Amino acid sequence: MKQHIKIIDYKAGNIASVRYAFRRLGLEAGLAAYPDELKKADKLIFPGVGHARAAMNILKGKDMDQAIQSFKGPVLGICLGMQLMADSSEEGDMEGMGIFQEKIKRFSGNFKIPHMGWNSLYGLKGPLFKDVPEGSHVYFVHSYYMPQSSQAIGLCQYGEAFTAACSKDKFFGVQFHPEKSGKPGMQILQNFIDL
Amino acid sequence: MLTKRIIPCLDIKEGRTVKGVNFVNLRDAGDPVELAARYSEEGADELTLLDITATLEKRSTFLQVVEDVAAAVSIPFTVGGGIASEREVEKLLSKGADKVSVNTASLRDPGLITRLSDAFGDQCVVVAIDARKVEGDWLVVSHAGTRLTDRRTTEWAKEVCDRGAGEILLTSFTADGSRNGFSLDITRAVAETVPVPVIASGGAGLPVHFLDIFVDGQADAALAAGIFHYQVIGIEEAKNFLRNHNIAVR
Repeated sequence: MKQHIKIIDYKAGNIASVRYAFRRLGLEAGLAAYPDELKKADKLIFPGVGHARAAMNILKGKDMDQAIQSFKGPVLGICLGMQLMADSSEEGDMEGMGIFQEKIKRFSGNFKIPHMGWNSLYGLKGPLFKDVPEGSHVYFVHSYYMPQSSQAIGLCQYGEAFTAACSKDKFFGVQFHPEKSGKPGMQILQNFIDL
Repeated sequence: MLTKRIIPCLDIKEGRTVKGVNFVNLRDAGDPVELAARYSEEGADELTLLDITATLEKRSTFLQVVEDVAAAVSIPFTVGGGIASEREVEKLLSKGADKVSVNTASLRDPGLITRLSDAFGDQCVVVAIDARKVEGDWLVVSHAGTRLTDRRTTEWAKEVCDRGAGEILLTSFTADGSRNGFSLDITRAVAETVPVPVIASGGAGLPVHFLDIFVDGQADAALAAGIFHYQVIGIEEAKNFLRNHNIAVR
């Protein structure tokens, strides 16, 4: 059975890289810019790079925020995509979708911001991290983060422990970029395909 | 723990990598895609692709290389070389590049940094700074190191961050090509001045040089070209050396 994965296209994400990553796994992911285009999809990828409120405004302008929240299958939010699924963000006082009950905060402290590079994961749980060993390094680029959460399925340490991955029902979020994270990243995308 | 990054740099001219000609075990060392995939497998943390022709007519060839590399590797990469406008950046990012580096154009038009940062996010704006030590002062040089400016390197580094740079690629033209080690003093001075990650470049010749630049130079990442292309040292060899000296690497 061939499944249809669609990538939300709202001009705020590195869509090309996500498409290429799925292509390497033998799956052609389509793009969806409007709610209509989600009808035939089995699963959604919700990428995101850039400014939280600006991105949310684009989504709301097309009613895509509602379409994502009411989508019937699994959804994977990546980076800003995950943050937009939270309650709110300090970045531009963004009001989010409220799927993950956390407030996104800005890193502050005596360390480099953005948190950029390869960092290790721990506390990995659930099907998204099947065959992904504790301590695996994945690629992060972000200045805002989700604090440690009861919905976390993976943690990371930068200044303090923060949520690297979370889930609620069929919604998943990862703060890092699986499409740019070498072998463990590809395993995570394969696990999403296998859900 | 956030790891220190090692970044091979591929110089690309008319769609071909230059310098990497005696890379063994490669069918075609001039093929940037094959070389990128090889480095990715050897444990490179990121790649940098530099378009050294960088004329408008040749840009389409480079765009194709960017697209092919993005399709082939699952690690991040930065592209640079003659980038001067938002339009060029939009094209490069749409082909799958993760970050762009700007250099000479940012000296001529510092507002470019802010415009790129506002349009695409500071995480993808790398400002490349080329520096040369002149009578005890580290001054910024432009046009691939051929022109001396009157800007002091640490002051310019601070300014580009205020303008929205998300990362600094600092190349020492004093050390570049020497294989005697990175310029530790200026790298440390910049790393202590700016709030963003610093990539050090120029002078790598031995695994211990990477240890020095991460510990004494306070760099977050180190970039090298020739020593990897000519297999003077391997990426995994450098990383093993760092691991044995308690530096966190992937």
